Amino acid sequence: MHFFLCDFLLDISQNSLESGATEIKIIISETSNYISFKVVDNGKGMSDEVLKKVKDPFYTDGFKHKKRKVGLGIPFLFQTSKDCKLSSSVGKGTTIFFGFDLTDIDVMPLGNLSLTILAIFSGNCKSVCDVIVERSLTTEKGSRSYTVSRSELLEVLGDLRSSGSLSLAKQYLESKEEEINQVRVETMLDIPEKGEEL
Amino acid sequence: MTLEELRKLRAKKQDDLKKRDIEGKDCQIIVGMGTCGIAAGAKLALEAFIEALDEEGITNVSVTQTGCMGLCYVEPTVEVIVPGMPTTIYGKVDAEVAKKIVKNHIVGKKLVTDHIFDRPSIDIVKNGGK
Repeated sequence: MHFFLCDFLLDISQNSLESGATEIKIIISETSNYISFKVVDNGKGMSDEVLKKVKDPFYTDGFKHKKRKVGLGIPFLFQTSKDCKLSSSVGKGTTIFFGFDLTDIDVMPLGNLSLTILAIFSGNCKSVCDVIVERSLTTEKGSRSYTVSRSELLEVLGDLRSSGSLSLAKQYLESKEEEINQVRVETMLDIPEKGEEL
Repeated sequence: MTLEELRKLRAKKQDDLKKRDIEGKDCQIIVGMGTCGIAAGAKLALEAFIEALDEEGITNVSVTQTGCMGLCYVEPTVEVIVPGMPTTIYGKVDAEVAKKIVKNHIVGKKLVTDHIFDRPSIDIVKNGGK
């Protein structure tokens, strides 16, 4: 089982990266007591029949690993998130939504979001694919957001493979996350430390 | 930070580091980022590699991801390819081990013997990793 909420996002997004999508949109909305993730891709999609089966941890189409019965990681998500919706249509793409009640003691910590976005941007992608992340944080004190995309980072850094580019991309994404975390600072006194993940 | 600032930072860094870049030439680090790897903390290994390489001033090592290598019991797993050295799969790579791999394997050209887990599982080798 995953340790951080971010790990679910990374795991689920990888399915989209492998779906042959040309555009993946990830929307992360957080309030003081709720966080939701939505991953929308325009990849190959799944039929109704397959949609029923993907909640089985051992269901696989058998193409990736011929002799292994390991599924998409979706069952983990359905076990953990109480609000989880999956919809898909063949040839059009897949949309998955999952939310967590942050006041629930059983919900794991968010983890390092900027690093997760970096891992998604630099992840294995079968097609030429843009990934757009819209992240927002809203509390009683106000709302902040940012949008980052894989294509703009590729344009500036040239690649997302070499350690030098990855290091710069990491700094950039961390600065974005830090900026919106100012809202948290203004809202409460117990400010979560930067790099919560241990 | 804005994209413009990032662009400037990149230009500055490229000038600073040009001379050391021979060090990481053609080196590859491939992190296993399947469901099993993620659950075991592969993201932390990825972070540690990026940071350790940055500290050593090496910018041209290729750091990529792959799916499950079939060694779920020793995740996080990492494949390291350095010209002139055997291709190595390391297992149980946490941040500490990742730093060791950069220091000993990439820079020092010596294997980190405690964490070597041979090659990917047989069925993956046969299918060429597909």
